[in-house]
Amino acid sequence: MGLLPATSGSVNLLGQELVGMRERELRRVRRNVQIIFQDPYASLDPRMTVGGIVGEPFRIHPEVAPRGDRRAKVQELLEVVGLSPEHYNRYPHQFSGGQRQRIGIARALALRPQIIVCDEPVSALDVSVQAQVINLLERLQDEFDLSYVFVAHDLSVVRHISDRVAVMYLGKIAEIGDEIQIYEHPTHPYTQALLSAVPVPDPTLRGQREEIVLTGDVPSPANPPSGCRFRTRCWKAEDLCAEEEPALIQRVAGTSQLSACHFAAELDVIHAHPTP
Amino acid sequence: MSTVDEAKHGDDTVAFGSRRQRSRTEASQSDDLGFDASAPLLVVEDLRVEFHTREGVAHAVNGASFTVGHGETLGILGESGSGKSVTAQAVMGILDSPPAKVGGGKVLLRGVDLLALPEESRRLVRSNRVAMVFQDALSALNPVFTVGYQLGELFRIHRGVTRQEAKTEAVSMLDLVGIPGAAQRVSDYPHQFSGGMRQRVMIAMALALDPDVLIADEPTTALDVTVQAQIMKLLADVQAERNMGMILITHDMGVVADVADKICVMYAGRIVERADVHSVYGNPAHPYTKALLESIPRIDHKGQQLASIEGLPPNLTKLPEGCSFHPRCRFRRDRCTTDDPPLYDIGGSRQSACHYYEEVLAT
Ligand SMILES: Nc1ncnc2c1ncn2[C@@H]1O[C@H](COP(=O)(O)OP(=O)(O)OP(=O)(O)O)[C@@H](O)[C@H]1O
Ligand code: SF4
Ligand SMILES: [Mg+2]
Repeated sequence: MGLLPATSGSVNLLGQELVGMRERELRRVRRNVQIIFQDPYASLDPRMTVGGIVGEPFRIHPEVAPRGDRRAKVQELLEVVGLSPEHYNRYPHQFSGGQRQRIGIARALALRPQIIVCDEPVSALDVSVQAQVINLLERLQDEFDLSYVFVAHDLSVVRHISDRVAVMYLGKIAEIGDEIQIYEHPTHPYTQALLSAVPVPDPTLRGQREEIVLTGDVPSPANPPSGCRFRTRCWKAEDLCAEEEPALIQRVAGTSQLSACHFAAELDVIHAHPTP
Repeated sequence: MSTVDEAKHGDDTVAFGSRRQRSRTEASQSDDLGFDASAPLLVVEDLRVEFHTREGVAHAVNGASFTVGHGETLGILGESGSGKSVTAQAVMGILDSPPAKVGGGKVLLRGVDLLALPEESRRLVRSNRVAMVFQDALSALNPVFTVGYQLGELFRIHRGVTRQEAKTEAVSMLDLVGIPGAAQRVSDYPHQFSGGMRQRVMIAMALALDPDVLIADEPTTALDVTVQAQIMKLLADVQAERNMGMILITHDMGVVADVADKICVMYAGRIVERADVHSVYGNPAHPYTKALLESIPRIDHKGQQLASIEGLPPNLTKLPEGCSFHPRCRFRRDRCTTDDPPLYDIGGSRQSACHYYEEVLAT
């Protein structure tokens, strides 16, 4: 997003290299990428009306909507996300969490971006409201042909919404692949531990799934372990893991996902395995 | 593979040998309250808690009833604001009053109504018999004392042990909850522990005086999913080991499915469904429970579009007429907008607060 300067590396958007790009060009490109934040309470300016908030991107990019059209455009956006156009003059505190998240989504859509980064968009919402927002995101994706970068810690929600999944540990990708590969055929021990830790809302599966309870705590990202950063909690770790950082490459024959583990091997952990 | 097991096997005798020694004074004082060993462990009857706010009276808990037996885990499920924490605080006797006010009901521990006890006796019960684990360990621990001191004080005050004995007890408690290097860590301050370890410290504090009932209010919500699994396993192990009654409060349908024996589903201050865990998940009897189950994505299959519950939970000071859930309910009929459904007994030790539970069960 360029909100924080990258220290090194390369970010490629729609074929253009972003790191090192000048501010003006960056702003033009950035139009194509918008963000929805986690906290629907902190991410909206409490002193601005809904109309002002959703219309703000038009002030920064006046070329998208001439002044006279803005109100109508904003009201159209409110309708798209399931809010009433009459809410134009209200303030954020007059809305519920789910409605505020809709306001944030309307703002993100204003410039008709190609990509929206969703940073934990439903984790602050009530269970009964999460599905409303997830369904809305899915509908908008179809309607506007959007791509999402969906950042979340709820693995069930991630599975529901994603086509491709990257699993990160201490700031690095441990495994990346399509949704089926990651969820049904994970090869990295961290992916496996993570998936096995997610409880399934079905008491008949109790004790029937692979149970991997990791020991120890998550180390500080500022001072990650040498070699493989997962090795301090990994049950497969050997000397090699401390010595050599495993590259993110294709590891298991017959699968195309990339895995950063010296001892990558498939293990299905989310389905019931009859106890012997 | 788990630290929990290692800790247990390492120091079994210390941890479990000493915990039974109640100081004579406190044990007899709390026994003087008239506890009846043959009465059920915990029975909550028609509990009511209100908040008097500027907008009016909010019925945060509106007639909640449930029981918890030895070795049993009751899950209380419900979304934000449904009254889970207020219920727990009322049972513990730690409500902030004012603004909260217990409007009625009973909390019977072994036959003794805790709500009728004077504060002095409640304090005794709180430390010895009913303990609680909170979501936010940092705010529950005192930042200026070492965890060893805080744990040790429990034993010194309530069990009358010496400073040296208190320290030994503190170390064995930390060991019991799976904190590596307990003998050293006992001298650390709360902020020197990671989130998961701090949660373990709080569990150690709650378990120190060997309570009969442990209430865990969202004990893992703030934690990484792998650490959450560790803590849930710790709680389940200790509960089974000590044959405690446990109340687990959460909004996570997965966590409850994994550990609870029976479940209360709360909506807008009411218990709307009460049943054993298999019935609730296998064939829910209340439209709200049913809708919740259909609205969450599952990890073990990709699934289709989620069935969402339209609308929002109601404002507690302005509950809808009739059934509180009616504005969001897809089973609603005219009657629902005027008649408030009681918690119907629907057979098989199950209850549902829906006029049309038969229809819900059948679809
Ligand atoms: N100090 C207070 N003053 C007024 N109302 C309060 C107060 N504390 C709680 N309430 C109200 O009581 C109701 C129940 O709150 P409670 O904390 O029990 O919810 P909960 O089910 O634990 O929710 P969560 O999942 O968010 O923890 C809420 O609607 C809340 O607004
Ligand atoms: S009583 Fe009526 S409104 Fe309430 S849950 Fe049942 S069907 Fe729905
Ligand atoms: Mg709560």
